[in-house]
Amino acid sequence: MFTRRDFLKTTAATGALAATSGLAAPAIAQDAAIKLGYVSPQTGPLAAFGEADKFVIDSFLSTTKSMGLNYEVVVKDSQSNPNRAAEVAKELIVDDEVNLILVASTPETTNPVATTCEAEEMPCISTVAPWQPWFIGQQGNPGDPASWKPFNYAYHFFWGLEDVIAVFTNMWSQIETNKKVGGLFPNDGDGNAWGDKVVGFPPVLEKMGYGLIDPGRYQNMTDDFSAQINAFKSGQCEIITGVVIPPDFTTFWNQAKQQGFAPKIASIGKALLFPQTVEALGNAGHNLSSEVWWTPSHPFKSSLTGESAAQVAAAFTKATNRPWTQPIGFAHALFELAVDVMKRAGDPADSDVVAQAIAATKLDTLVGPIAWDGKGLPPFAAKNIAKTPLVGGQWRLKDGGGYDLVITDNKTAPNIPVGGKMEAIG
Amino acid sequence: MNWLDTILQGVLLGGLYALFAAGLSLVFGIMRLVNLAHGDMIVLAAFLILVLVTTLGLNPFIAALIAMPLMFAIGWALQYFLLNRTLGKDILPPLLVTFGLSIVIQNGLLESFSADSRRVFAGSLESASVNLGPVTAGIMPLMTFFSAVTVIVCLNQLIYRTSVGRAFRATSDDPVTAGLMGIRPQRIFAMATGLAMVVVTIAALYLGTRANFDPTSGPS
Repeated sequence: MFTRRDFLKTTAATGALAATSGLAAPAIAQDAAIKLGYVSPQTGPLAAFGEADKFVIDSFLSTTKSMGLNYEVVVKDSQSNPNRAAEVAKELIVDDEVNLILVASTPETTNPVATTCEAEEMPCISTVAPWQPWFIGQQGNPGDPASWKPFNYAYHFFWGLEDVIAVFTNMWSQIETNKKVGGLFPNDGDGNAWGDKVVGFPPVLEKMGYGLIDPGRYQNMTDDFSAQINAFKSGQCEIITGVVIPPDFTTFWNQAKQQGFAPKIASIGKALLFPQTVEALGNAGHNLSSEVWWTPSHPFKSSLTGESAAQVAAAFTKATNRPWTQPIGFAHALFELAVDVMKRAGDPADSDVVAQAIAATKLDTLVGPIAWDGKGLPPFAAKNIAKTPLVGGQWRLKDGGGYDLVITDNKTAPNIPVGGKMEAIG
Repeated sequence: MNWLDTILQGVLLGGLYALFAAGLSLVFGIMRLVNLAHGDMIVLAAFLILVLVTTLGLNPFIAALIAMPLMFAIGWALQYFLLNRTLGKDILPPLLVTFGLSIVIQNGLLESFSADSRRVFAGSLESASVNLGPVTAGIMPLMTFFSAVTVIVCLNQLIYRTSVGRAFRATSDDPVTAGLMGIRPQRIFAMATGLAMVVVTIAALYLGTRANFDPTSGPS
């Protein structure tokens, strides 16, 4: 029962709480740090994408400190789960009251966060997801291009499906094959966009004379790929492509070997970006190929620290004792953009001013020049997307164990140097 | 030979599911207890094997041999101290308790191992295969299938040929009369769950080397 005494006790406690929070509030206001929210998958099946986050954020905070800038970063883990990503984005906006949200890695993370930001009128910079699944995936009706609307607060920089298709087909043309391609497209944001009959792989491959065998969408984290392997085998595919999450590719490749299926080329998005996935295959990872968005040999420099791509990668390896991964460059570039935008925006707390400052960006970052000027994009996406260069590469076994990513095709971005020619598997 | 291959791969995959089901039906058959946490126990055993493999650098098969008595002990204690108290005329309490157990195991694993998906590495055995004329079958799926057959044959022999098996059957038929004959149903139940956990460990070994698992993959 709620008695008079209870009432007095609770009100006293609440009063005390209000008094202390009242004391704390001015202290925060005086120390007007610019608060950045950062969302990425640090655990779960996509954890490899978030591996470099701690390193990037630590070095960002020490750099800004030495430059006399006052930044604070609130880091949230999406646990590779889109629902969780939307939830932490809300927390960042409502509880942490951040000034700008940065989000990275796969449509499963970027889309829910960008959509939440757009709805809450919170400026957001997003990266590491091809722009079609990001832009089209957030539309109310993805099937009807006439209804697509640009965003006012959400901005994205990365490459698009047209780039990855060009890169993959350029790589395949270096090797003699029967031009039969097997497609592994899962039922997620990326898989549906890559396998789409309008914007994805199928129409382009058909035009270029490749035969595509697409056994349909499968669930992520599946433990049996026999159906797909069987379809590829009976279709005599010599090329495998798709966009597979890292753990699934290990399962697929082992089962393909078990069932005696050996294609000449395997160009897989997402999974083969990471040395961990390739190392998990033992020696069977030799000559697998992937799209390459960033390597230490990319000829770009950080606008924040002046370091070259090679220096940043070397610093990562030194700090963590791990081989470099591609998201390092893009996570670094996110924070470069944040500092550049906040410098130009007069009031970091005014979301409209910040969003305008993002749109007006012209910055040479660690991943190349970024400007939301609509270059190389269809008109509907011109406002919110900026494109970065993409090339293709192959994993090669090193003599002392471990793998090296060698760039084997740069027709799409000739300023990035190649390191070798394509080789067939096996 | 497409259909032949499909059938073969399906049968081999069925071996894994037979292993999953063997433990579950053993528990259900003897004490009419539906263990909703069975999938999570498999994942728990897989993590146990993973820990043994990564910390001691053991072969996964040896790790599973070490994990079996541990899992037996866990199963025995679980049944003796917890699940036996829930058994009775009403079928709801054991359902609720195992449902809660499933949540406890999932979140406990999530807390200690994070949401990362893991797998147990079995070296070159993983991608090895044998050529059977028109079709090829992986060594690991074959081993899974034959382990499942062995486990089921062993359980069959145990239940029909040994005194423990006779006690199992008697308790399953009529626990009160079995009690009059000097069998303690509580002990028999604990023994059965322990045995089920040994089967679970074998299933976990093949699950962990075949595909990825994470703390929340138990119920699926």
